[in-house]
Amino acid sequence: MRAVTKRFVDVIANDKVDLKLYPKEVVGLLGENGAGKTTLMNVLFGYYNLDGGKLLINGEEVTFSSPRDAINHGIAMIHQHFTLVQTQTVLENVMIGMEGSFFLDKKKATVKLLKIEQEFGLNLDPKAIVWTLSIGEQQKLEILKALYRGAKILIMDEPTAVLAPIETIELFETLHTLVDSGHSIIFISHHLQEVMEICDRVVVLRTGKRVAGRKVSESSIPELASLMVGRELLERLEKGEAKVGTPVLEAKNLKGRNNRGLIAVDNLSFTLREGEILGVAGVSGNGQTELSEILFGQVKPEEGEIFVSGKSIPGGNPSAIIKTGMARIPEDRITTGLFMDLSVKENMILESHVNEPISKNGLINMQEIRSFSQNCIDNFSVKTDGMDVPVKTLSGGNLQKVILARELSGNPKVVVACQPTRGLDVGAMEYVHQAMLNQKTAGSGVLLISDDLDEIFLLSDRIIVMYEGKIMGEMSSKEADRDKIGLWMSGVSS
Amino acid sequence: MISMSIVKRKPLPSWVILVIPVAAVFVTLLITSIPIIIAGGNVFKAYGALFYGALGSKFNLLETFVKASPLVLTGLAVAFAFRARFWNIGAEGQLFAGAIAATWVGVYFTWLPVFLILPLMLLLGFLAGGLWATIPAFLKTKLKVDDVVTTLLLNYVMLHIMGALLFGPLQMPGSAWPRSASIMDSAFYPILIARSRFHFGIIISFVAILAIWFINSKTVFGYQSRGVGINLEAAKFGGINTGMVILKTAIISGGLAGLAGVGEIAAIHHHLMMDISPGYGYTGIVIAMLGNLHPIGVALAAFFFSIISVGAQTMSRVAGIPIYITGIIEGVSLMTMLIFLLLTEYKIRWTKS
Repeated sequence: MRAVTKRFVDVIANDKVDLKLYPKEVVGLLGENGAGKTTLMNVLFGYYNLDGGKLLINGEEVTFSSPRDAINHGIAMIHQHFTLVQTQTVLENVMIGMEGSFFLDKKKATVKLLKIEQEFGLNLDPKAIVWTLSIGEQQKLEILKALYRGAKILIMDEPTAVLAPIETIELFETLHTLVDSGHSIIFISHHLQEVMEICDRVVVLRTGKRVAGRKVSESSIPELASLMVGRELLERLEKGEAKVGTPVLEAKNLKGRNNRGLIAVDNLSFTLREGEILGVAGVSGNGQTELSEILFGQVKPEEGEIFVSGKSIPGGNPSAIIKTGMARIPEDRITTGLFMDLSVKENMILESHVNEPISKNGLINMQEIRSFSQNCIDNFSVKTDGMDVPVKTLSGGNLQKVILARELSGNPKVVVACQPTRGLDVGAMEYVHQAMLNQKTAGSGVLLISDDLDEIFLLSDRIIVMYEGKIMGEMSSKEADRDKIGLWMSGVSS
Repeated sequence: MISMSIVKRKPLPSWVILVIPVAAVFVTLLITSIPIIIAGGNVFKAYGALFYGALGSKFNLLETFVKASPLVLTGLAVAFAFRARFWNIGAEGQLFAGAIAATWVGVYFTWLPVFLILPLMLLLGFLAGGLWATIPAFLKTKLKVDDVVTTLLLNYVMLHIMGALLFGPLQMPGSAWPRSASIMDSAFYPILIARSRFHFGIIISFVAILAIWFINSKTVFGYQSRGVGINLEAAKFGGINTGMVILKTAIISGGLAGLAGVGEIAAIHHHLMMDISPGYGYTGIVIAMLGNLHPIGVALAAFFFSIISVGAQTMSRVAGIPIYITGIIEGVSLMTMLIFLLLTEYKIRWTKS
């Protein structure tokens, strides 16, 4: 890729980016959120047209107008969210779009698939239905799909984000086999440890520009980190101490199902006290989302009870939870947390709009809303063109600040945050972390549900690990042992 | 080859939203001059007659207000529902319900003190339309039945209920036609300007515009209703009782359409008949979209449609253009407006390759 440029409206997503990939090589593509990694790969995969620069494959210039062109040139992309048909078999998923003629020749396809499976050690039953496969197996299937199409270049977008530690090790073994047989891989991640482990070279993007290319053997994690963010990546968090007091949030034998009707939270209990941060670790998809929905009152638990400051709270009733003063930071700020088309001030009052002085006798008091919103914006330094612009004009980090401002401005005794830094850049992440710590030192209990283990270790006083809806174990952060937690996360109790 | 793609554009300054309707009307008239030319008319003469016919004299202007009155009400009814994503296509049926209630009061409540007749007609007309709209609202919130389908189909149910009543208990004694007896004089809307049809219902329409504007921008319910429309999930998360909000929205929406029905009985026809509405409920949908779901926009859109429909008669006489041009202008204006609204958020980019 030479001097690749891509613009969106007035934003330059990629500015003259060069990227070279040799056979038998793993190149890491590093950068913060919004640095242009995904855009660059979408250009390579034919989703976007180029606004400048060119693509060369084996020295020949090519233009892609759709992903099909890219596939025909041996490029495959494995998205973070898999593109599989859940109700079909492994074989059918592999064959999609490759049927050839009108009639399906399943026998021939099976033979070809099994040969590939053998060659690369990716063993999957061709007749297995996709939804019965684990996440790791589904990822193998995505790789098989790519190989079946004759891909020589694999683009993998944050492939380890959804995997348990053991599955990550398996994935890396597969990648080594692929490279040995002549394939090349572009590995997108912001997990520096993994990048160091698997990649030969890295290319770092920052605000759409290529800022550096390094051989991994000649670089280090601190160097790559500071290249990524343009400054030293060291969170300067003030970890104040707080006195651990009485329980503020208790969950007793909670049980709930996910939207597919399967048990997602299974007889789960915990106690959160004043002045502590309780981290809930786990690979994503092990019931964390469902647990947060129960705690937020969005979903009624099938069994079990929630106590806030010792009082039992009816399940499945958001306004009952709001009345307890719990601060709720939802996993998906855009679909759950905010009215994207409404103004900043209208989003600030989502939970308080029925209370005095924001409203009285069914009439809203615009003056109160304005002064409340202005306070929120000032106290949480939300970057916005005023409180009257639609909240959708704000950046991701500032959207999260709007939610933090709304939730934390009432001095809550309990804070429940689900994936509070997902998709945020380092600066915003640091802000959120500090806000959590401040809540703790102010005496609140904070429940931090996160699949980012670093975040859990950084902030928590106690850690519990969720696996398939159950708690695998608990330890205090003083005695925290990453290996043990890693085992718990993959369902191995010890 | 040149290819076209639609891409998101930067947010436009807010004054654009004021310019857009004017531009859309202008473009509409430009486009509809083509059929006028084809029909052998002189474009300037035709449009001159159109606007003179609607606005040129005191009588014509007042008549334009008369015509706009039911359109304002059905337009508001639809706009208010749509803002909460309650897809009420059923204003026509709710209008019938209101008209039936008004006729019932106007014909049979002769024993009631005179000063209570109109208030009771308005109240029952509003409730009849409002309650009729709660059926699809319940089906939507409790059983997740698609509201577009139910509201639309209930129009035909109400049409046939009206037919049954007009051939049965409400039929004028001695009449062979499906029409009711005339309502008593004290059930007529008062005429406010002598020698015209400028009636009390026009005031009701104005009050309704202000009331909806007030609800939308000043009340907790307006905030909740907007929230439910924009993001149901977030509204639930914020502790809003979304089912109740949709139900209340349906009652207000249906009630407004019901008031349009009351007006047709009390001000125009003075008796109930099968063709009580020339599709005001459906035109209300167009007007709501044209007015961008804002009460002031709805008022202007209703007035525009009224100008077209009143002025077209003069145009047809003066310029010899068939009166059907009104349908063309109405249709084109909606298309133009929708395209203009689309272009406020997106732009078209041509790329050569």
